[in-house]
Amino acid sequence: MENQTIIEAEGLTKKYGHQTAVNNLYLQIREGEVFGFLGPNGAGKTTTLLMFLGLTEPTSGKVRVIGFDPTRDPFHVKEKVGYLPENVGFYDDMDARQNLQYIARLNRIPDRISADRITESLKVVDLLEEVGKKVGTYSKGMRQRLGIAEVLMKEPKLIFLDEPTIGLDPDGTNRMLDLIHSLSREKNITIFLSSHLLDQVQRICDRVGIMIKGDLVAMGPIEELAKKKLGVDKEHYTLEEIYMKYFKEA
Amino acid sequence: MHGIFTIFRKEMEDHFSSIRFLLISALIVMVGVIIASMVGMSIQEESKGMAKPTFIFLWLFTSTGKLFSFVQFIGFFGPLIGIFLGFDAINRERVSRTLSKLLSQPIYRDSVINAKFLSGVAMIAIVLVAIVLIISGLGIRLIGVVPGGEEIWRLVIYLVASILYISFWLGISILFSVIFRSTATSALASLAVWIFFSFFVSLGAGALANAISPVSQSASGIDVDAALRNAQIQRTISLFSPMTLYSDATTTILDPMRKTTQALILMGPLERISLSRFQNPLPLLQSLFIVIPHLISIVAITLLCFGVCYLIFMRQEIRTI
Ligand SMILES: Nc1ncnc2c1ncn2[C@@H]1O[C@H](COP(=O)(O)OP(=O)(O)O)[C@@H](O)[C@H]1O
Ligand SMILES: [Mg+2]
Repeated sequence: MENQTIIEAEGLTKKYGHQTAVNNLYLQIREGEVFGFLGPNGAGKTTTLLMFLGLTEPTSGKVRVIGFDPTRDPFHVKEKVGYLPENVGFYDDMDARQNLQYIARLNRIPDRISADRITESLKVVDLLEEVGKKVGTYSKGMRQRLGIAEVLMKEPKLIFLDEPTIGLDPDGTNRMLDLIHSLSREKNITIFLSSHLLDQVQRICDRVGIMIKGDLVAMGPIEELAKKKLGVDKEHYTLEEIYMKYFKEA
Repeated sequence: MHGIFTIFRKEMEDHFSSIRFLLISALIVMVGVIIASMVGMSIQEESKGMAKPTFIFLWLFTSTGKLFSFVQFIGFFGPLIGIFLGFDAINRERVSRTLSKLLSQPIYRDSVINAKFLSGVAMIAIVLVAIVLIISGLGIRLIGVVPGGEEIWRLVIYLVASILYISFWLGISILFSVIFRSTATSALASLAVWIFFSFFVSLGAGALANAISPVSQSASGIDVDAALRNAQIQRTISLFSPMTLYSDATTTILDPMRKTTQALILMGPLERISLSRFQNPLPLLQSLFIVIPHLISIVAITLLCFGVCYLIFMRQEIRTI
C-alpha cells in the first residue's frame, strides 16, 4: 500500500505569457505520506495545485491524480480529492452546518448521510460547539478548521492544503499541524500541503519538495536533504538552513 | 445537472431572504398596483351606465393614468428588478472567496453561471406573475368584468415578453458581475446602461434624426417627405434600445386597436375619421404576427448578452488573488 503512487507529474509546465510559473515539474507522491511543498511566495505552489485539480490547464506536461488526468477529467478528480484553497471563503450569513451541507449537496452526498458526516467532521476539528453560529463571526483559526472539516466530509483519500497555517497565531498553527498529522496517521489520508513557512511544517512532513521560481530544486526526506546540503550530520538542522542553501544557489 | 439544481436552489433561498431584493420588488409591485387601480377607478367612473367596450380589461394595463400606464411603468422600472437580482451574482462569490471553492467541487463550471441566471429568471417570473395577478384581481372587483379568453392570452404573451425583457437586464448585470471584481462597480455599470437606454437613446435618436433629415417649417407647410424620413430614422435608431423594442411590442399586444408598432402614422383627416369609425380590434394572431419580430429581437439580445457573459466566465482564470 505504502508504495502506491497517488500523484504523478511528468514535465508539468505552466506559463503565463512569458513568465514561467511552474517549470518542467517531475513529482511522485505515494499513498499515505505527508508531503510538504515548500517555497517562497510566487514560487508556483498554488499554480501546481490548481493544475493537479484541473482548475488550470498546464501549458505542457502530464499529470495523473488518483488515476485520472485532471485536465481531461477534472470531474472525477474533484469528486475524490479534498482541496482547501488558500484563505478559504464561506457564506458568512450561514452557519457552519449550512455551509457544509451546501458543499455536501454539490458532492451529491444525500442529506441523511451528510448530516452524520458533518457532525463527525466538525467533531474532528473541534467546532461542534460553535456549529450554530454564523460563519461570519468565526476567527481565522476557526475558519481554517472549518475548511478542513469541509474537506473531510467528502471522505477523500487525498487532500490538498494550500498554506493551511497562513494567518494563524502560534497556538492555532500548532493545533492545525497536529490536526493534519492525526488525519494522516489515523485516517491514512495522503496529504499534500504547500507552505512558505518552512520551520512550521517541518515536524509533520515525511518528505518535502522545495520550489524556487517555478523549479523544484530538491525533494526528499528532510534528514536526507540536510545530509546532502549541509554535509555534516548535524544534531540540529532546520529546514530554513537547507532552504537558504538552495535559495542562494538559485 | 445535479450541480445546476443545487446551486439554483441555494440562489432561490438567497433571493427570498435578500432584504434588498424584497424591498425593490415590493416597491415595484406596490407602485404598479397603485397605478393600475387608479386607472381601474377612473374606468369605473367613466363607463358607468355604458355598455362595456371590448377589451376593457386590458385598459387596466395600458391606460395612462395621472403619469403613465402600468405597461410604461414596467418598461421603465422593471429593469431594476433584473439589475438587483444579478449585479453581484459572481463577484460576490469572488469577494467572499467561495467561487474557487465552489469550482473545486465536482460540478461543471457552467453550472454556476447557468444556475444563477435561471434562478434570476425564476424570480423575475414570480414577481411579474404576482403583479399581474394582483392587478387582475383588483380589476375584476373594480370594473366588474371578467377577462375573456383572448384577453387572458394577450396577458400571457405580455408576461412572457416582460420576463424576457427583464431577463435581458439580468443578463447585463450578471455580465458586469463577471467582468468587475467590485460589486459597487458592477451595480453602477448596470445602472449606467439602464440610464443610457432609457434617456439618451431616445434623446439621441431625435437629435440624430434632426441632424440627418431636418424638418423645415416653411410657408407651404411642412415637407412631408422630410418629416417621414425624420420619423423613420428616429424609429430605427431607437429600436436599438431594448426599451423601445419592449414597449412597442407590449402596447401592440395589449391594445388590439393598434395595428402597427409605429408611433407616427401619416394620414389625412378624412382617412383618420373613416378609420376610426370602422375600426375593429385586430385579431390576436395578427397582433402576435406584428410583435413577433420584436420578441425575437428581445430573445436575441438576451441570449447574446448571456452568451458573452458565459464565454467570459468560462475563460476566466480561476485564481482569487
Ligand atoms: N493569472 C496569472 N497571470 C499571470 N501570472 C500569474 C497568474 N497567476 C499566477 N501568476 C504568477 O505565477 C507565479 C506563481 O504563482 P503562485 O503559484 O501563486 O505562487 P505561490 O503559490 O507559490 O506563492 C507568480 O510569479 C505569479 O505572479
Ligand atoms: Mg500560493
